[in-house]
Amino acid sequence: MGAVFQPIPPRPAPVRTEGVVPWIRANLFGDVKSGIATLVILALGLYYLPGFFKWAVFNAVLVTDANACQAARGTGACWAVVVEKFRLIVFGRYPYEQQWRPELATLILLALLVASCIRYFWKPWLTLAWVVVVPAFFMLMGGGWFGLESVPTDQWGGLPLTIMLATFGIVLAYPLAIVVALGRRSTLPAIRTLCIVYIELVRGVPLISVLFMASFMFPLFMPVGKTPDVLLRVLAGITLFSAAYLAEVVRGGLQAIPKGQIEAAQSLGLTYWQTQRKIVLPQALAMVVPGIMNSFIAIFKDTSLVTIVSLYELTGALGLALNSDANWRPFKIEGSLFITLIYFAFCFAMSRYSLWIEKQLNVSRKR
Amino acid sequence: MTTDNIIVFEKVNKWYGNNFHVLRDIDLAVRRGERIVICGPSGSGKSTLIRCINRLEEHQEGRIVVDGVELTDDVRAIEKIRREVGMVFQQFNLFPHLTVLENLTLAPMWVARMPKKEAEERAMQQLARVRIAEQAHKYPLQLSGGQQQRVAIARALCLTPKIMLFDEPTSALDPEMIKEVLDVMVELAGQGITMLVVTHEMGFAKAVADRVIFMDQGQIVEENTPEEFFSRPKSDRTKDFLSKILGH
Repeated sequence: MGAVFQPIPPRPAPVRTEGVVPWIRANLFGDVKSGIATLVILALGLYYLPGFFKWAVFNAVLVTDANACQAARGTGACWAVVVEKFRLIVFGRYPYEQQWRPELATLILLALLVASCIRYFWKPWLTLAWVVVVPAFFMLMGGGWFGLESVPTDQWGGLPLTIMLATFGIVLAYPLAIVVALGRRSTLPAIRTLCIVYIELVRGVPLISVLFMASFMFPLFMPVGKTPDVLLRVLAGITLFSAAYLAEVVRGGLQAIPKGQIEAAQSLGLTYWQTQRKIVLPQALAMVVPGIMNSFIAIFKDTSLVTIVSLYELTGALGLALNSDANWRPFKIEGSLFITLIYFAFCFAMSRYSLWIEKQLNVSRKR
Repeated sequence: MTTDNIIVFEKVNKWYGNNFHVLRDIDLAVRRGERIVICGPSGSGKSTLIRCINRLEEHQEGRIVVDGVELTDDVRAIEKIRREVGMVFQQFNLFPHLTVLENLTLAPMWVARMPKKEAEERAMQQLARVRIAEQAHKYPLQLSGGQQQRVAIARALCLTPKIMLFDEPTSALDPEMIKEVLDVMVELAGQGITMLVVTHEMGFAKAVADRVIFMDQGQIVEENTPEEFFSRPKSDRTKDFLSKILGH
């Protein structure tokens, strides 16, 4: 007899591995623990978010009418405060009709900053651009030439001041930090001691004290009429403060460079500075990009402390804008959320840039 | 001392810290073009000895004269000597952030102030000499250990040094890569360059060395031609050492 046809038993259909449902199953309910975590977070979201959205979106007041805002107090957000006080929050005490000047100056500075972050533009003319843009920035902001009305630095404010302090703080603190970090590892005792004293002194003092000293104490030691501008003093304070922290980050990178790298460079006849510039620093700095970016982000946000010496950068300008007007004073939360978004946008951009540059610098590490 | 001696050690003493006496009364004269192999147990001071020649280590007593220049704290003298002395390390010490080609052009461009194009031409010649020209645009970590060490040799040769120092050049390599590095070194030995090699590759010593030096506890215990050194070692310490490393 011939063989009887025996079909093999049907196999179960393959499990879908693509699409929304399988993704949720794999990533949110992969096992008991992650399932519980997902449910807890979901419950918290369901509990708190509706209230927030009700306040921030559904009951929000957008018409610039202080009375409508007063009526909605406690139940709906008054975004109108941002519209009403926009120019004051963003530009601080800078004269109203002249505010195109900080706007233009800041845009140019930001454009240069972005260009400086992109490797393609790392050409000699970039240095030239900085040499042109920096004086142009201060001339545009300060005025007093070409018929531009002169605006003293204590009237500069808002986002332009924040960006200016952060930019120059970072650009000046970074090279200073590198020099101090190298100095701390110097074989010359005088230089090493000087660097250690500087780092430890500055790190032992809060930034607020440094700013107070720069603003109020420093002029006492200077001959009358010879005191540098308050903005420069504050900028110097921020730079010196940040450089001390940054120097320790850089030193961490320097310490991770094997001695053999330096010996190889020496055996080739490179001088100390050539060795640092060509061999040690490129590797050391690439290693501590996350730490460096941490410090940069800290500098950006620490600029908000200059309010205490009567310079009204973004945070200070918000207080200035609302405190002076009884109608809008109660809506500080909305204003704060608005400037929070601005801070976040800048800090997030810096953080993403840090990730990107890390990838770029690690090309040589890939096998 | 005759002018034909390119390296002279006179009563050189060196200590690490206050009490570790790493070099004791070293007297050594190396003739121009001579090929010397230095061996000895670990901690005997052989690496320290050759590292004193380009002043990666400082000596505290005695005189070291390299190519007519005495090694002192004079930075210019040190830089001059380092241009004439190439060095190859156990751990290669290539610069990982630079390509192979950039590793080689660094010193010609920054130390010898050579134009980039000329430096690259010379680098490619040296890479061809160690048979690795096709890897010029890779990064060091993308190469095998043997390839990296050959790049390191090419890098040291780019300034056309009069003296080459090798500090255990094959000790960090897998066995099958040792040969490719030794082959390059044997070739180099035939080209009249003064070589000091710290190694335990006794086959290499027999093949190319003019003189073998045995060190122990910071002293030169014995020096002789390879034939005499291996067949009729004089001191007991040398016999003991040779029996251990030639035992297998």
